[in-house]
Amino acid sequence: MTKLILNRLILGVLTLFAVSILIFVCTQILPGDVASAVLGQGATPEALVIFRKELGLDVPAYLRYIHWLTGALHGDLGVAMTNKRVIIDEILPRLGNTLFLAGYAALIAIPLAVGLGIFSAINEGKISDKIANIVTLIAISFPEFFIAYLLIIFLAVQVDWFPSLSTVFKGMPLTERIYQTTLPAITLTFLVAAHMLRMTRSSVLSVMSTPYIEMAFLKGARRRRVIVRHALPNAAAPIITVVALNLAYLVVGVVVIEAVFVYPGLGQLMVDAVSKRDVPVIQACGLVFALVFVLLNTLADVLVILVNPRLRHKR
Amino acid sequence: MKIFGHKPTTSAWFGLGIISIFLFISVFTPWLAPYGQSTNVGGTWDEPSATMLLGADQIGRDMLTRIMYGSRMTIGVALAITLLSFLIGIVLGFISAVLGGWVDIFFTRLVDVMLSIPGLIFALIILGVFGSSIPVLILTIAVLDSTRVFRLSRAMGMNLTVMEYVEAARLRGEGLWWVISREILPNAWAPLVSEFGLRFCFNFLFIAGLSFLGLGIQPPYADLGGMVRENAAAINFGMMAPIYPATAIALLTVSVNLVVDWMLSIDARPSGAQAEL
Amino acid sequence: MTQVEDNSTILNIKGLRLESIAGNIIVDSVDLNLKKGEVLGLIGESGAGKSSIGLSSMCYARAGVHIAGGEINLGGTNIRSLDADGRRRMRGKRIAYIAQSATAAFNPSHTLMDQVCEAPLIHRLMTRTEAEAWARQLFKALDLPDWENFGARYPHQASGGQLQRAMAAMAMSCRPDVLVLDEPTTALDVTTQIEVLILLKSLIRQYNTAALYITHDLAVVAQVADRIKVLRHGKEVEEGVTDQILHHAQKDYTARLVAVRGAAASERAVSATVKEQNVLSIKDCHAYYGNFHVVRGVSLDVKLGETVAVVGESGSGKSTLARVVTGLLPPKSGDIVFQGKALPPSLKERTKELKRRIQLVYQIPDVAINPRQSLQDIVGRPVQFYFGSGRKETLERAKELMRLVELPEDFLQRRPGQLSGGQKQRVCIARALAAKPDLIILDEPTSALDPLVAEEILTLLRKLQRELGLSYILITHDLDVVHRIAHRTAVMLQGQFVAFDQTDKIFDNPEHPYTQKLITAVPEMRVDWLDEVLAKRAAATA
Repeated sequence: MTKLILNRLILGVLTLFAVSILIFVCTQILPGDVASAVLGQGATPEALVIFRKELGLDVPAYLRYIHWLTGALHGDLGVAMTNKRVIIDEILPRLGNTLFLAGYAALIAIPLAVGLGIFSAINEGKISDKIANIVTLIAISFPEFFIAYLLIIFLAVQVDWFPSLSTVFKGMPLTERIYQTTLPAITLTFLVAAHMLRMTRSSVLSVMSTPYIEMAFLKGARRRRVIVRHALPNAAAPIITVVALNLAYLVVGVVVIEAVFVYPGLGQLMVDAVSKRDVPVIQACGLVFALVFVLLNTLADVLVILVNPRLRHKR
Repeated sequence: MKIFGHKPTTSAWFGLGIISIFLFISVFTPWLAPYGQSTNVGGTWDEPSATMLLGADQIGRDMLTRIMYGSRMTIGVALAITLLSFLIGIVLGFISAVLGGWVDIFFTRLVDVMLSIPGLIFALIILGVFGSSIPVLILTIAVLDSTRVFRLSRAMGMNLTVMEYVEAARLRGEGLWWVISREILPNAWAPLVSEFGLRFCFNFLFIAGLSFLGLGIQPPYADLGGMVRENAAAINFGMMAPIYPATAIALLTVSVNLVVDWMLSIDARPSGAQAEL
Repeated sequence: MTQVEDNSTILNIKGLRLESIAGNIIVDSVDLNLKKGEVLGLIGESGAGKSSIGLSSMCYARAGVHIAGGEINLGGTNIRSLDADGRRRMRGKRIAYIAQSATAAFNPSHTLMDQVCEAPLIHRLMTRTEAEAWARQLFKALDLPDWENFGARYPHQASGGQLQRAMAAMAMSCRPDVLVLDEPTTALDVTTQIEVLILLKSLIRQYNTAALYITHDLAVVAQVADRIKVLRHGKEVEEGVTDQILHHAQKDYTARLVAVRGAAASERAVSATVKEQNVLSIKDCHAYYGNFHVVRGVSLDVKLGETVAVVGESGSGKSTLARVVTGLLPPKSGDIVFQGKALPPSLKERTKELKRRIQLVYQIPDVAINPRQSLQDIVGRPVQFYFGSGRKETLERAKELMRLVELPEDFLQRRPGQLSGGQKQRVCIARALAAKPDLIILDEPTSALDPLVAEEILTLLRKLQRELGLSYILITHDLDVVHRIAHRTAVMLQGQFVAFDQTDKIFDNPEHPYTQKLITAVPEMRVDWLDEVLAKRAAATA
């Protein structure tokens, strides 16, 4: 089993390399001439030359990649093209903010969604299940900004419970930080919890249809025992996978939520960079997001391996 | 009344109704809209009145007209994306499933790497370099989305390829095209149709989200996500302006999801949780 | 009163009615009476409702099924009238269930000991230590390896036969009054089946447990049951003492069920169809799955108009041999000669003409034909593909093929979903015939079918051989089938032939010990067969 885990970790590292190559290819090789792609048709020849020099496009692609990657591994992600700031200094605090917001939301969403999902599955067909189905269906259909604006209208404008803009800065006391990020976190929770609930429910349902669950009932076990001792241990693996998958939704949602609440996170930085066509920042943000994502997925896969009895006890 | 042999539930009927209305409006917008797409008819964020059923937007254009044109644009783009993504995903997925070997390994690994980057981030990267023109948007999101369609069709294809009737066809010496189109595809329709619905919703929300961020469909084209963005400031004055286009988005996605939910429940068998004790 | 009679009724079911959610009647007014220590066999084909009745005796119905009416009396109490908790308390304690597939019935996340001890702990009958001690005793009685520590294993660490025995231990853990055995040996190999059967019988006798033995195999149930109840389409056909059912059946259906198994001696392959010419000849074939040596030096020949059967248990390599002949798995070495010419080992190298002349019929008709195609497409396509016929010719030929397999012509418009299992298998045969082959390989063609239907298919195959001069290679694990259709038989064990001769010679005079083991393991339609086997074994070891 350790071998399996090691393999998975190595795979994670390789994936990161592959991802970095993919990002590099997309930003610097695919467009052909990056300069004219970014600056557009109306760019003057001088502007093109300056752009190329700034980005170091006179050096062959693979050298640029190696330079970029080694820099990144040392924590140097280069300098922004638009405002000449050191990228890593911009990214780190914002990454912290984004992770705080995402973590806050995950902390609420995961227990809520998994718990309700299991509850729903156990009560399949009953009223509570049907209600949960409709509510989550509506929740996953709403765009994130819609939920955000609704919450703002009801909780920030009509009653003054929360601020409609989230301002956080370094050195802010924790309670204040939590207060400022609550509304965005609730918005995120809505979105992610709905997806997680539905997927958890169907995972547990498929476990409930197995013959060994029937056998447990036929031995005279109470419903609660069957669920806790027989269903859940086997649903753990699919549920972990579901949670990991939904962390993807979390990343997507974070970017939009940060825009609505003007929250100083990594998503905001990336969106700004995209609208300003600041290639080094785009590359750097993309890499960092991908890093977090690959880490989470690898962690989830390792947990799934640990939870599988077949792998813990060999033949 | 039955559709393809199955009776829709009430919620499915509701969904189908809304979808039909949206489709009808989207196709016939130029004839149905009360005003032109960019005509000024009132002041900023005028309240709804007899002449402007939903009031005015941030520069005085009729909200209802803008929503109709916006729906037409957003739905059109989302449909184009989904169709393209399905074309790519199904063809590559089935070919991978049937041929196996190097072809399969190559595409699967490629898709795995692509799926290791969150979709929105990947889209932002591409848009950051290439700009947000409509062809780029459609192509980028379609390629990204095709990864999920690829995985689904490949999984289905692999389940079906091991069916003996597929093996029987190959034993005869039938070609690849025959096997995919006559043996596999007819048995793969149902899950693919519901997946189409789900992917459409996802792409619809995705493009609306991008436009909301200012990175999707650019003005002067009306688009629902962009409209939310443009009218966002009205919220602070307690006005409902951005809610109207947002509701339009939500209404369509809820409807499609209701219909897809019904389709998925047709084949569903009761789980063990419903055994009689 | 004062004396508890030993033969008092322990389970009594009156007028049981089961319906599906859609309203279809699954079981229609069935009565059942089981005395203490008695074994009642429930016999029927698939869809007869026997499994549902077995579960209903525990007042349990699977999702989609509903107990609509009737009384279920266990030890004098009508358990249907109890509340949910009352019914729960009785399950596992007074009546226990042994499922068909042991591998699926055990929770992969817990050890076997945990699961075997669970029922007595739930019902507060024993402490954990007592339950474990009792479990170990049962493991010993059921002849499980390393019975003291066997319980520490997880389900994936035990074989199918071991798990089936562990499930019997689990069922006996509370010493119930009634055992419900739902096809307990159906999923096992013939040689494993007999071992488990012996142990089950001794267990039942030792603890004087009453039992409902559900199966479709009359010969198996005849060894364990005191009485047999025959079911069909949810209704009772007949019930009687085992001996009476076997030898003096009153209803026609029962008689046919008995005849199918016992008729091994009557219908045989007609030797007149066999000509001297060799259709297929395999010499010293070796085949591998990766590094795994599956077929080890097999030599076989099939004459024109002959049926050669390859018999073996799971893992013997018989299905692999079929794949070698069809070209799906090229052998690493060995020659195959077809109609006098060398046969290219891989499918890709064979011409259309060669592919046409060797056809394959599969085991499970449900997945062998495309559910989305009409019968006309299924049967017509090979005609079109191999012979390039136009639409009219293809249609004519399709009709002719339907007639050959004894299906009505208007079935051509139907889809497979509208046919029964036997009808689907006929379509598979028709599809093979459409190519006008010389050789048909049949891979377990009757294993997935009910016994009566299987008999019809075998009759059809014999008829087609007579009329069209076809040669068959028949892969099977069922010795009865071999008896009824094969001219020569090969017995396969771990990739090699241990015997290859005229069918009669092999059965009358088995030389190889494995062949003997195989033949003696097949239950015969006699009540005392199992006891005889036990006696023979005791004598051999004495």
